[in-house]
Amino acid sequence: MRKIQALAFAAVVALSVGAANAADVKLLNVSYDPTRELYKDLNTAFAAQWKAKTGENVIINQSHGGSGAQARAVIDGLDADVVTLALAYDIDAISQKAKLLPVNWQKRLPENATPYTSTIVFLVRKGNPWKIKDWPDLVKPGIQVITPNPKTSGGARWAYLAAWAYALKQPGGNPEKAKAFVAALYHHVPVLDTGARGSTTTFVQRGIGDVLLDWENEAQLALKEQGGDKFEVVYPKASILAEPPVAVLDKNVDRHGTRKVAEAYLQFLYTKQAQEIEAKDFYRPRDPEVAKAFARSFPPLTLYTIDDIFGG
Amino acid sequence: MKFRRYPTQDHPLLRILLSLTAISVVALFLVLPLATVFTEALRKGFGMAIDALKDPDALAAVRLTLLTAAIAVPLNAAFGIAGAWAIAKFVFKGKQFLTTLIDLPFSILPVVSGLIYVLIFGLQGWFGDSLRDANIKIIFALPGIVLATIFVTFPFVARELIPLMTDQGREEEEAATSLGASGWQTFARVTLPNIKWGLLYGVLLCNARAMGEFGAVSVVSGHIRGLTNTMPLHVEVLYNDYQFVGAFAVASLLALLAIVTLVLKSLLEWHFADEIAATHRH
Repeated sequence: MRKIQALAFAAVVALSVGAANAADVKLLNVSYDPTRELYKDLNTAFAAQWKAKTGENVIINQSHGGSGAQARAVIDGLDADVVTLALAYDIDAISQKAKLLPVNWQKRLPENATPYTSTIVFLVRKGNPWKIKDWPDLVKPGIQVITPNPKTSGGARWAYLAAWAYALKQPGGNPEKAKAFVAALYHHVPVLDTGARGSTTTFVQRGIGDVLLDWENEAQLALKEQGGDKFEVVYPKASILAEPPVAVLDKNVDRHGTRKVAEAYLQFLYTKQAQEIEAKDFYRPRDPEVAKAFARSFPPLTLYTIDDIFGG
Repeated sequence: MKFRRYPTQDHPLLRILLSLTAISVVALFLVLPLATVFTEALRKGFGMAIDALKDPDALAAVRLTLLTAAIAVPLNAAFGIAGAWAIAKFVFKGKQFLTTLIDLPFSILPVVSGLIYVLIFGLQGWFGDSLRDANIKIIFALPGIVLATIFVTFPFVARELIPLMTDQGREEEEAATSLGASGWQTFARVTLPNIKWGLLYGVLLCNARAMGEFGAVSVVSGHIRGLTNTMPLHVEVLYNDYQFVGAFAVASLLALLAIVTLVLKSLLEWHFADEIAATHRH
């Protein structure tokens, strides 16, 4: 027993020494599921730039999970300086339930506070055996569709909206028909994972399903990680313009004294350097020049905005 | 020679069949998955697996897991001894209730036990605002992880000791007291030596679960990489990051810790076999 106590004491000392040696400034970025690789790259670039500018070391800690679940954790006290979530609704919930930031948060940064965009595409098995080209192909008999649970996953909500938008914009389309199409689509889903990465693993690793409804960045990354010999990405004719927003949590940064660096961090996401990193990680950049340079990575398709669907 | 079988004995064929079934079930459901964990970890060579373990986030996860266990296990050993002692050696009102209470963590879903702490200490919980004003972090930090682990592993030591101590009765303690031993002396010289093997077994089980707990810890962790991810949580993170070698390397390390624990227990039992038999005769 005494040994165990000594060990515990040694561990506490080791831990606190480690903390004392750590960086001058720390930020916690609570993000959604597929941005793991993106923010790893962005954080390194920002830390180098901040060091050059101010001489301060900044360490950015990351937490990833389903967007809704992450918002819930922040509301329950996960001490984030910034949130970078899958959709505005989740940051609205933080603003309403925990009052950590003002309701007009989305007006404080350019482009609806979304430095990059994405969309929903299809990932199919190599050779596209079921000839899946566009939305109507998903509800053909026998097709199994993999998509996460829209109640917990931001990507899944965008997928839901994309399917809705497709059906609504068909000749003679109306909300009833859109609802019927989305209902038919979810009848083809055998597994609902909680987050985008879980669904990707279900489709890619476990080999379940014929088509994965996924973030463009997530599908392209899976292709890169798994090699192009097992899967291919199919772009439907039209999809949704997915806008994953970012925000500083005012109450938290003021308590931590990190407002300056947190704001600089989010503004950095709009710079040319960051936009190129985002494009390399398969997020569609906002900067027109960067978008032009990476045009080959992002095939053109009709992208409906939320305002197109719900009229603002 | 005619084969003779006692009426209480099963047919030899049946016995062989049953043994084979048992062995193949063990091989299929225990040995094979365990072997897979190790082969997946070493798929790209020993060096890659070691490199994956040397990653700062992986090291932080190992450190957090060991620290959590180092706090939770001694506390639960102390609670367990105290609880078992009270239940086994005394008669009092509410004894049955206390026994049920000790068993409670076994019957509650680990995720729910984690949520209890979020509801109490979370920002929207009972103490949320005052804790934040005092700048005390409970959930999404080490204290929450330790609390959730203590809750989930609470019954292990007590459950192991209650039947043992009930069996042993209180004659020896009464004798010690009547010979003039103080309460503490009685405990240290009589009670503790009698229960040490049961205690060790309970502590080992408690430790294995403390290091391996996923559900409850996942709820209170916040999943901050390099800060609040324990080893089981880090395995999930790595797996979802497409870092399969890393995921299985950390999983192997967890499995190794468990195996070392078991081997240690068997070695001790084998070495002190006579003494263990003696304490059980009490």
